[in-house]
Amino acid sequence: MLSSKIILTTIVGCGLVTWLSRVLPIVLLKKIKLSEGVSEFLSFVPIVIMTTLWFSNLFTAHQGQLPQLNMDYALATIPTIISAIATKSLLVIVVVGMASLAIIRMFN
Amino acid sequence: MNGELSVKSAIKETLPTVFGYIGIGIAFGIIGHAAGISTLLVGLISIIIYAGSAQFITVSMLTAGAPVLSIIIATFLVNSRMILMSASLAPYFEKYSVLKNVQIGTLLTDESFALGMNKINHTNHQLSFEWFNTANIIVYLTWIVSSIIGAELGNLIGDPQTWGLDFAIIAMFWGLLYLQVLADRQFSFKLQVLVIITAIVLTYVGMIFLPKTLVIIVVTIVGCESGVLIKHAFF
Repeated sequence: MLSSKIILTTIVGCGLVTWLSRVLPIVLLKKIKLSEGVSEFLSFVPIVIMTTLWFSNLFTAHQGQLPQLNMDYALATIPTIISAIATKSLLVIVVVGMASLAIIRMFN
Repeated sequence: MNGELSVKSAIKETLPTVFGYIGIGIAFGIIGHAAGISTLLVGLISIIIYAGSAQFITVSMLTAGAPVLSIIIATFLVNSRMILMSASLAPYFEKYSVLKNVQIGTLLTDESFALGMNKINHTNHQLSFEWFNTANIIVYLTWIVSSIIGAELGNLIGDPQTWGLDFAIIAMFWGLLYLQVLADRQFSFKLQVLVIITAIVLTYVGMIFLPKTLVIIVVTIVGCESGVLIKHAFF
């Protein structure tokens, strides 16, 4: 059994470093004007971060080994992509994705 | 999405996305419960750390008996992408007070960031405190409530995987990325596709050579720099 004191210390520590990562940049950059180079760099953040959050979740990774593709996820991605192109609706995309995976798992 | 930056439009545009993380929140609660962490502490983790996937790492390291400092460092590394997202948001909230910037930053998360970046394509590159704060609060409350439900009802719901809940967040990021590419007029379609392919390759290579905690932040930094280079070389 974990002691509550250790859990609480961990929670507060993790919370603090995460909060500082969230708050310091937006507050400090109020005063400092970013150079054009940095602004340009940051303009790519949304597209790159969404790509890597999506793509890395399709795999199980172990450092030093080839990442293993999660076959169920890969299959469920196909109807998800089709529904995205067909409807352009986030709600439909998410529901189709979940339903596809649930159906795929029924056959496993 | 429309061009309005009101509380009402934020509610309308954020609600469809909550399904993406209700599933993950419930899954987190179930896993925390299974690891022997009380509902109260599961709730506190979601309230105080509030970091989606990083919370799974926190709990798994806790139960593995890892030293507190190493858990904090791992959480910081996984969440260090927040630094880049927070910095990208700064220009949109320059006109607001420090307090309002602190508020926006405190509840900033992948989901609200991605939503906001989609939104600016419809608003002539403007964001308002009212709109973003509302989106933030909806995501935050959804996350807390769903993780508590997961911890409380863990045994009743059974395996969250049966319902395909674990795919919701993946589908959501795919959908947000797709809608982003369609709507973005800042970069040409070709440039965006090239940057996405680069990021996919980098993510794959990163998963081979980097520790899990570093993949997303390193890929984001290298990917953005690649984007700058590609833009200057070919566009």
